[in-house]
Amino acid sequence: MDLDYGPEYDIFRQEVRAFIKEHRHLAPPPGDRAARPSAEAIEWQKLLIAHGYTARTIPCEYGGYGAEPDILKSRIVAEEFSRARMPGGLANQGISMLVPTLLELGSEEQKRRWIEPTLKGDVVWCQGYSEPGAGSDLANLKTSARVENGEFVINGQKIWTSTAKQADMIFCLVRTEPDAPKHGGISYLIFSMDTPGIEVRPLKTMTGHAEFNETFFTDVRVPVDQIVGQRGQGWLVANATLGHERGMLGDPDALENRMQALIALMQDERTGEGRAIDNPVLRDRLVALQAEVAAMKYNGMRVLSDSLKGEPGGMAKLIVKLQSCELAHQISALAIDAMGEMGILYHHSPRERDGGAWQWNYMFQLGLIIGGGTAQIQKNIIAERGLDMPREPKPARIAAAGQQITAPAHQAQGAN
Amino acid sequence: MDFGLSQDQQMLRDAVARCLRDTCPLDHVRKCVEQENPASDRVLEALNVLGVGGMLVPEEHGGLGMTLLDATVVAEQLGFAVAPVPFLASQVLAPIALREAGSKEQKARWLPKIARGEVRVGVAISETLETRDGSGVSSAAGELTGTALFCLDFKGADAYIVADAKGRLHLVDAEASGLTTISLTTIDRTRSVGELRFDGAEAEPLADDGGVATSRLRDAGRVILAADSLGAGETMIQKAVAYAGQREQFGRLIGSFQAVKHMCAEMAARHEPCRSLVWFAAHAFDAMPNEASLVACQAKSHTAEVHRFVARTSTEVHGGMGFTDLLGLHYWFKRIGFDRQVLGGPETVRAEAAVLQGWTKAA
Repeated sequence: MDLDYGPEYDIFRQEVRAFIKEHRHLAPPPGDRAARPSAEAIEWQKLLIAHGYTARTIPCEYGGYGAEPDILKSRIVAEEFSRARMPGGLANQGISMLVPTLLELGSEEQKRRWIEPTLKGDVVWCQGYSEPGAGSDLANLKTSARVENGEFVINGQKIWTSTAKQADMIFCLVRTEPDAPKHGGISYLIFSMDTPGIEVRPLKTMTGHAEFNETFFTDVRVPVDQIVGQRGQGWLVANATLGHERGMLGDPDALENRMQALIALMQDERTGEGRAIDNPVLRDRLVALQAEVAAMKYNGMRVLSDSLKGEPGGMAKLIVKLQSCELAHQISALAIDAMGEMGILYHHSPRERDGGAWQWNYMFQLGLIIGGGTAQIQKNIIAERGLDMPREPKPARIAAAGQQITAPAHQAQGAN
Repeated sequence: MDFGLSQDQQMLRDAVARCLRDTCPLDHVRKCVEQENPASDRVLEALNVLGVGGMLVPEEHGGLGMTLLDATVVAEQLGFAVAPVPFLASQVLAPIALREAGSKEQKARWLPKIARGEVRVGVAISETLETRDGSGVSSAAGELTGTALFCLDFKGADAYIVADAKGRLHLVDAEASGLTTISLTTIDRTRSVGELRFDGAEAEPLADDGGVATSRLRDAGRVILAADSLGAGETMIQKAVAYAGQREQFGRLIGSFQAVKHMCAEMAARHEPCRSLVWFAAHAFDAMPNEASLVACQAKSHTAEVHRFVARTSTEVHGGMGFTDLLGLHYWFKRIGFDRQVLGGPETVRAEAAVLQGWTKAA
């Protein structure tokens, strides 16, 4: 057990701290969730890239900083920005999901054209994956793209397209080979959100805000070269990005910050009887959650160590999305309980606490438990990949087994 | 930076696991718990060959001078095998008590014997947490009076280390006049616990340190119990997964039903982070004294909650068979139950964690 990062990294940490101290005044306000970054946020992003505090390992020719991958340095940057409550680099879907995908599977031309403006906040992307009939079973997607005169002609509907209103571009999964097996008929296209035939309708959620949209395509024409990977390979390309999304949702620092905010709230929030934290039942719940957050923090350090050694994360990594999202939700739940009747105030009400953030989080985090691979899908993954448990029989096989019951024996054998 | 076990610790883990696989199958455990003293000489001897005896005794006193993290590696394997051997008190708490609060003479007299496996020392500190049924021990003029409940590694002990009401530790010879011992029977028959009744029993005090050593024993004990629970829980998850992978109902392996699969996934998802928490708590005990008590509380309470869930869920995955004695699953279930209560159940320990952070005053 060695928790020291070592002298080289201590020096690096001092550099990061000095940078933060010196440039603090240039940072955009924290909690700026605007999909389209402000001029201030774009300048901040460029400054961070220039110092290697974001886009650190992306090659210079594509607009990154071009450093050798060094997990600890990336970790130190994240730790220090988090500690200083400073916004780190932009973290939108274009940067978190499209850029890694292009780096891995894009053509040289695509890399040169899209990565730099995406990193610098000039091009904003949205993701067109889920459909009303293709959620957990994403490969069941039906949005079609037939080829006509050197163009894909796209028809169908996507859902959960966050930032679609603000986005310049979309990376989108469509069915290009209707006769191929489910997973083999999909392609990964990138095209402009200004293309005629696209309609975006805000999707209002339980939080009262429209964090997502529905996006409709009617004869949307896209040149055939705006594809990442080959036709029919979209499923593989998408899976490269889904891995990045799962990494995005399980940030251990984020949990710790929420925990600190909860502790502060419970020390501030008072009734005539005293502070919320003086209530033994609430306090017991707080300490229980704190222990669980600590366990996830150390679990994260273990996963980090494993990746430093080039070892697969195994079970410790597989469980992160499930556990972190659940824990974040429980933290918000306790905050609301600690507020008592104040816990129902929302929508900019007088006496509302923290701008309604706890209530918004409590609801939105339920969305995060569902999104990015539902808790149930996560449990399937943990059971099947982590514990090597038997897979669910496929419906086709169940149907075949059903046939065996009714069909004459020789026919059933023939069906196999 | 390397969060996890060192190569030596991994080797120790594997060696202990192999040793217990060979010497301590469930049939052996079943025989041991029928005896008056469940301690298995066969398993103890095999473990001592690996250096487990006296692992926490400093080198200058003939031990290996190892850390609490090393001891958690062993404790996890003992829980994994529900091994009926004295460990927590005799190999961990007693050496730490003597190491941290023993006089030069006491160390020289006791530690080498502990290292050689010549003496076994039971430890009774429960009354520093809470007193029940009028328990509690007072000391005056080198004599102890009162009752200490839940002395750990009770049977076969040659001496006991006992905390008095002020948190000071005392050494008492098992043959001391004025000492009556009463064996207590617990759910977990792989370990032995007893009651010590003192009526002016002669005792030798350890350092008067204001309860520091006793609080260190609490921390260490909690981490070791958490590690034991971790190992027992690991077995219960493995057994549930194995059973679900061979039992068929409705023409399918039950492990292919999501209802069963998700029970196993939930166990694994809650269990796995406990390992890192226990490792960190042990490391804090060894190297970060300011954080040690709080993390020990977190490790103890959190593993207790998680493994209560694991114990019942694994039993349920086994269906009716899990409820019988045939599979012996209940040995792990009961080991986890023991680990949860001893040295403070989750609520008690969490209340202490709140006090440690200044969120409330001690009751």
